[in-house]
Amino acid sequence: MSRHGLLIDYHYCTGCQTCEVACQQEHGHPPGQSGIKVTEFVMKGRTKPVIIDHLPFPTELCILCAGRTSRGELPACVKHCQANCMQFGLLPELLEEMLKRPRTVLFRPR
Amino acid sequence: MKRDKGIQEFKTSTWSAGAGCHGGCGQKLQVKNGRLIKVEGNEEHPWNQGRACPRVLALTQFMYHPDRLTQPLKRVGARGEGKFAPISWSEAYDFCEEKLKAIRDRDGAEAVVFVQGTGRDIGGPITFLANNYGSPNVSQLGLSGQSCYTPRLAAMKSTVGDFCVFDASQFLEKRYDDPAYSYPEVILVWGANPPPTCADGFFGHWIVDCMRRGGSQIICIEPRHTWLSSRAKYHLQLRPGTDGALALGMLNVIIQEGLYDQAFVERWTVGFDRLRKRVQEYPPARVAAITWVPEELIVAAARLYATAKPAGLHWGLAVDMAPEGTSVAQALTHLWSITGNVDIPGGNVIARPSHGVTTYPYTTEELVALFGQEHMDRASQKRIGADRYPMVKGFRAWAHPDLTIEQIDSGKPYPIRAAWIQSANLLAGQAARTKFHYEALKKLEFVVVVDLFHNPTTMALADIVLPAATFAEKDSFRSWWAPLGVIQKAVQVGECKSDWEINFEMARRLNPDVGRRYATVMELFNRRLANADTTFDQMVARGCWAMPPEGATKPYRRHERGLLRPDGSPGFNTPSGKIELWSTAFEGWGLDPLPFYREPAQSPVSTPELFAKYPLILISGSRISTLFHSEHRMIPWLREKHPDPLVDIHPDTARDSGLREGDWVYIENDLGRVRRKVKLSLTVHPQMINTVHGWWMPEEEGAEPHLFGVWSYQINQLIPGPQESGSGFGGGQYKTTLVRLSRINEEKG
Ligand code: SF4
Ligand code: SF4
Repeated sequence: MSRHGLLIDYHYCTGCQTCEVACQQEHGHPPGQSGIKVTEFVMKGRTKPVIIDHLPFPTELCILCAGRTSRGELPACVKHCQANCMQFGLLPELLEEMLKRPRTVLFRPR
Repeated sequence: MKRDKGIQEFKTSTWSAGAGCHGGCGQKLQVKNGRLIKVEGNEEHPWNQGRACPRVLALTQFMYHPDRLTQPLKRVGARGEGKFAPISWSEAYDFCEEKLKAIRDRDGAEAVVFVQGTGRDIGGPITFLANNYGSPNVSQLGLSGQSCYTPRLAAMKSTVGDFCVFDASQFLEKRYDDPAYSYPEVILVWGANPPPTCADGFFGHWIVDCMRRGGSQIICIEPRHTWLSSRAKYHLQLRPGTDGALALGMLNVIIQEGLYDQAFVERWTVGFDRLRKRVQEYPPARVAAITWVPEELIVAAARLYATAKPAGLHWGLAVDMAPEGTSVAQALTHLWSITGNVDIPGGNVIARPSHGVTTYPYTTEELVALFGQEHMDRASQKRIGADRYPMVKGFRAWAHPDLTIEQIDSGKPYPIRAAWIQSANLLAGQAARTKFHYEALKKLEFVVVVDLFHNPTTMALADIVLPAATFAEKDSFRSWWAPLGVIQKAVQVGECKSDWEINFEMARRLNPDVGRRYATVMELFNRRLANADTTFDQMVARGCWAMPPEGATKPYRRHERGLLRPDGSPGFNTPSGKIELWSTAFEGWGLDPLPFYREPAQSPVSTPELFAKYPLILISGSRISTLFHSEHRMIPWLREKHPDPLVDIHPDTARDSGLREGDWVYIENDLGRVRRKVKLSLTVHPQMINTVHGWWMPEEEGAEPHLFGVWSYQINQLIPGPQESGSGFGGGQYKTTLVRLSRINEEKG
């Protein structure tokens, strides 16, 4: 089991789907498969008439880019995320970070 | 550049084909055995700092797609039948040369129109070819009202004497970490949805950087609810096309309440009193009635923008597409001018092509510098629209799109015989009144289309099809603001050639002078790069980019330092040396020197009977990050994310029309009807619908009459024309057309 995870600051996720294609390119996933998939939420809000949020979800295919990270590179999705809203790291450190930031989600894909 | 296991890595810059976009970011291309295997963001490149977009990351699927055009083709069947035979490049060049020379001898060079699409790498080479052939007629044919950036550029040039862009530190090597930079307290985002694209040489997520890293607050001017509006301090949900009134209303509040920068206005502007008088006509209550934005919100937004220091304004295409887009852009230019946000960190900085290098000439001035005054004067006499619209002559030396198609159809005042269409799938893309364009273009005796895939335009019109290269397959250069960049060739695909190579060879054949001036296209690049004291090879060696040095092309406060005017004195590059709030350039062109509001040509207010019949305002052209205009529909990783052409409909509106999620509907008006799949969405106002443009189905039959389904899906068939701006610039009705919905009673549309 990996001691690493992904911390996603979903307040800033714009739903651009770069992470999905980054993962597909990196791992050669065919259309229909990706290590990460973004869902959009649109609803009437409390502070705004309409709120729009996005959440990238690491699927069963996410291997946390074992090859890249062993070479000291960032996971493909994290590196290319246009909003820089994804972070890869050790879970305890990410949890520390999470405690400082609302509207984040911590994933431990494997 | 060696990497492991026989992988070579090429650092390059993007622009156009492949990612499709207006480009500018740095990417690393990994190549193995002459084949691109992967694209990685270049973390050393200041533009994107390692990031990428979905389109560039799908580049391998684009480049090696089985349907990619890889050889020159000559039509063998009837036009539109879809029968083409491969020919060699020399046969293709010979054929085009012979045809184009015969037309020039018989009817004059002006009888050939050179057509481009949006602002990409193509701008340089197509201008080069047209001018060396001798034709004054380069056009964004189909783009009604020239409603893409030109109105904004013209307004800025006529007011500030230069172009301005929102400053997200993009002129600085260290970007946000440069001590000279300050994040804006507020960014007023007007008629733009930055995250999906990098329009106008601006990386959309720079706005997100400022929010996340710098805490910038957003004021969002946008008829829809977007991700950005849901993160905004204020969202002004205006009625489409009423931008001009809203801008004047905000100017009214700022001036009436004395919130403008009095010292700056005093020292650096002229015409303020006349502007003050004009804005009296637009009190917030009146503006609220016009725009549907509550009065309190107009006042609050104006106050926040004017009192924030610094404040930036970032704008988009909707500004150009408002009626009198040039005038709307002028009012927005006034917003940043009277609040003293000009050429300061985090404000709107003056943007000039990096290092003074010209790649894509935007203005008459730049064309004169490249091709000479005498040539341009001669060309202006024949240019379509130059006699009707002074801005065609005085500002942007392009043939006016609406008048060009009228002339192709009518043959008056002189006949058009041929079109050279390059990287512009206009029949699936920009052409308003698409059927009219189709029928008029069918009359031409000779059409060349240069593109990367067959599409409705190649199929319907082309006699010759030339296969163009993606950015990964070509050498080129760019100076769209900053940094100066070069694009280096990493691989070859089939027999594809770059637009520059193709046009250089054609220009050499059509004008013997070209060969005398430049031995190779590389020599041309180096000649143009000389302004930056560098060469193509030197640029490649330093990683393909260079930020502008201290001087005229690097911010800040250049007006104070005498860096803007040719005479070296402080001030702006206008006749008066000041920002001309009352524009002498507009006056000279016979236009209103001050901003004013005009109601859209079709609207609940201007055409109530039409509105009774067609009660929905159609907003077309909204962007998504995986598809650029009419491109990428055949790319598996991208198409799967948006497989169908959707229309966003408010649930209440859908309920009233008996529509459910996933139903297929026709959007219709007097011009025709277009298919869409229903997406119920709270993001649209109940009286508006929103849809994406550029749809055709590459997987369907290409030959006529089907043309990849373009007649079923091309939304611009419903967009009327000609545009109605008095200046000729702005007002294409792409976001203000009235329509209704009708359900398609079939299993699947
Ligand atoms: S970490 Fe790697 S494998 Fe996991 S989603 Fe991101 S790109 Fe895919
Ligand atoms: S790349 Fe980043 S911003 Fe874009 S959808 Fe993925 S997580 Fe969100």
